[in-house]
Amino acid sequence: MQFHRYDVVIVGAGGAGMRAAIESSQRARTAVLTKLYPTRSHTGAAQGGMCAALANVEEDNWEWHTFDTIKGGDYLVDQDAAEIMCREAIDAVYDLEKMGLPFNRTPEGRIDQRRFGGHTRNHGEAAVRRACYAADRTGHMILQTLYQNCVKHGVEFFNEFYVLDITLSDDPANPGQQVCTGAVAYELATGEIHVFHAKSVIFATGGAGKVFKTTSNAHTLTGDGMGVVFRKGLPLEDMEFYQFHPTGLAGLGILLTEGARGEGAILRNASGERFMERYAPTIKDLAPRDIVARSMVMEVLEGRGAGPHKDYVLLDCTHLGAEVLETKLPDITEFARTYLGVDPVTEPVPVFPTAHYAMGGIPTNVQGEVLRDNDNKVPGLYAAGECACVSVHGSNRLGTNSLLDINVFGRRAGIAGADYANAVEFTELPSGPADFVVNLVEKLRTATGGERVADIRIALQATMDANAAVYRTEETLKTALNDVQVLKERYSNVSVQDKGKRYNTDLLEGIELGFLLELAEVMVVGALMRKESRGGHAREDYPTRDDVNFMRHTMAYKEGDPTSLISDIRLDFKPVVMTRYQPMERKY
Amino acid sequence: MTATLNADLAPVQHTGPLPPVPDGAVMVTVNLQRFNPELDDAPHMESYRIPALPTDRILNLLHYIKWYIDGTLAFRRSCAHGICGSDAMRINGRNRLGCKVLVKDLVTAKKTEITIEPIKGLPLEKDLIVDMEPFFDAFRSVKPYLVTHGNEPDREWVQSIEDRERFDDTTKCIMCACCTTSCPVYWSADAYVGPAAIVAAHRFIFDSRDQAAEERLEILSDAEGVWRCRTTFNCTDACPRGIQVTKAIQEVKRALMFRRI
Repeated sequence: MQFHRYDVVIVGAGGAGMRAAIESSQRARTAVLTKLYPTRSHTGAAQGGMCAALANVEEDNWEWHTFDTIKGGDYLVDQDAAEIMCREAIDAVYDLEKMGLPFNRTPEGRIDQRRFGGHTRNHGEAAVRRACYAADRTGHMILQTLYQNCVKHGVEFFNEFYVLDITLSDDPANPGQQVCTGAVAYELATGEIHVFHAKSVIFATGGAGKVFKTTSNAHTLTGDGMGVVFRKGLPLEDMEFYQFHPTGLAGLGILLTEGARGEGAILRNASGERFMERYAPTIKDLAPRDIVARSMVMEVLEGRGAGPHKDYVLLDCTHLGAEVLETKLPDITEFARTYLGVDPVTEPVPVFPTAHYAMGGIPTNVQGEVLRDNDNKVPGLYAAGECACVSVHGSNRLGTNSLLDINVFGRRAGIAGADYANAVEFTELPSGPADFVVNLVEKLRTATGGERVADIRIALQATMDANAAVYRTEETLKTALNDVQVLKERYSNVSVQDKGKRYNTDLLEGIELGFLLELAEVMVVGALMRKESRGGHAREDYPTRDDVNFMRHTMAYKEGDPTSLISDIRLDFKPVVMTRYQPMERKY
Repeated sequence: MTATLNADLAPVQHTGPLPPVPDGAVMVTVNLQRFNPELDDAPHMESYRIPALPTDRILNLLHYIKWYIDGTLAFRRSCAHGICGSDAMRINGRNRLGCKVLVKDLVTAKKTEITIEPIKGLPLEKDLIVDMEPFFDAFRSVKPYLVTHGNEPDREWVQSIEDRERFDDTTKCIMCACCTTSCPVYWSADAYVGPAAIVAAHRFIFDSRDQAAEERLEILSDAEGVWRCRTTFNCTDACPRGIQVTKAIQEVKRALMFRRI
């Protein structure tokens, strides 16, 4: 076992983690621990753009952006946080540009902007050009630019260090309170356990898309950070809200950016009809993702799907012309060619919703400080990015706002974490700080049960796709819950074949599966409780929004033995922060 | 395999059936280079005969072997669609991403064998995993970040569409190391910075906003810099992002010769 000591430990080296590191490393001694290499994070898969009301190509202002974000989130957005995000978006884009990000340019040499779903002029009048972009690899350019600046600032990385626990110590200043004092990691190369003693720990561990089968997410997005926090008895917020991106490559789930529709691509059903005209007459194909995804599924359910099994719809880019596709959307053009053998220049592309983004996560305030409950923080613990819930996305995130979220709140968490570290002394680690991780790792490594990791994971993904995806009902959710609980039982009999220490990725996948099972149950339990339809949570049996009973965040807590996967989940509610926007019916 | 790791541990017997073979699958033979540093003195080849769909990615085959035949198989992967750069490997002797090559690209009625090895020129760790640190060291050595002096503008730096286009190609790099580890010079001279680092330098040298081109050119005119390149075009052929790597290297050489960008 090895011990390390840093003022600030950042967990995760995607967009939020590296944005935090750039701030933190200039203020305090900082280490970044990452399960992957820094440039491998799924931030790099984001394509279309990052919205900010620069008004470079047409009139815009950040208040319109705020309104769109709140309406897009079906009014479950904490409005104070949305105001901060949309106001700071402008500097966030300029900061990235000055760090070197090669945005596409206008003829005047300014940052170019394109349309994106749900982003409108003057509170819904028409689509507005707000998304700053670098072709269809904006996320890639953000990730590269942030890594380049981490190199510039000499940020210290611990690559392929998999964080499996945080340490909480009794606060000497406040008896009965706990503060975060570090993180415990498993080093993939050696199998060694490392304890990082820290004053601040910032979680930026990304999403959990691998709960589902059809997903735009990377294999490595298994909700580890959310799971670690949840196992500490800390809450997860709004986990029933999961976004399905409308345009995944059919059958594969690989993302095709909404920026394609921003550039004018059209969704059509089997008969060639532009069906979004029926569902969102004003902004049509550029309605928010929850509405477009539901509409696509409805077309298929009502028999208007395309293809031999009528199980997808078509994204028609053919009228855009080869030049627009090659210069503004080159990557997705190549994805369609490579993986489906379809050339978007000449043929419409088969698409269907793909599991994409967790609106919920580790609850934080606008400084990135993690909440222990509705009113209290965990001093020293921060979270930002997809693993966190500020909540700026409410029940449905608008396109591009994730890249904005990681930059605005990654920066804020980095500053807040470093400032806090500079203001306090180290608190002692609890006794046996690595015990939990040592037991977790050794138990699985030496297990001899007959269950395969892959079998349980595939069964989990199948039931989540079938029963907890775009549309849910009491019946399907109960099926999913039962399935997940049975799979948790089976997991207690799981074993891995690799008994070694070096790069034991067999063991890694087994641990990841534990987090997936834990989070799937939280998602389903929250979805069962929430008897309404709002944003990314569409209940066929409760088709309307219910502001009387459900205009509030869900807080889920793990009850009982933290070392056992099988435990109860307690649900509570947290009020939504409202400033100036009263809930209205959501029409586009 | 003769030895067993941690022989005191009971062997694992998984009881579940193998997944059903999908319609349209063909049997392929995957010849895979294996190396477990805790057991083996040297790498060796092992063969696996498994079902594969023509539309499967090579990564799917590796997952099949890992998940159902031998869990000890180690390889890196993440996004699975060619954007994260984790899964560079030698597939039938050419550097490719495992997630961007499909079975139908390699397998014909006559030829159903696929050979997969780790990328060359970096220290081997386990199976397909190599030590990436020397590769990232080279990247970090060329000042791979925008350098500007003096007052910054209130808003963004102005850059024309043409100036932005000048370095567009080299911004696509995902640092997978396909290019660098396909270069015969890199294999033989381990201090050569390699094509990927030159691509990273190019991306800034030709960025109209940047003010450190001279410093980077100085670094690259070093004995381990661009002059090592023998223009074999392996790098350009290997790049999964379609970057004109050799052309970028030539542009850096030309900038060095004429000290003009």
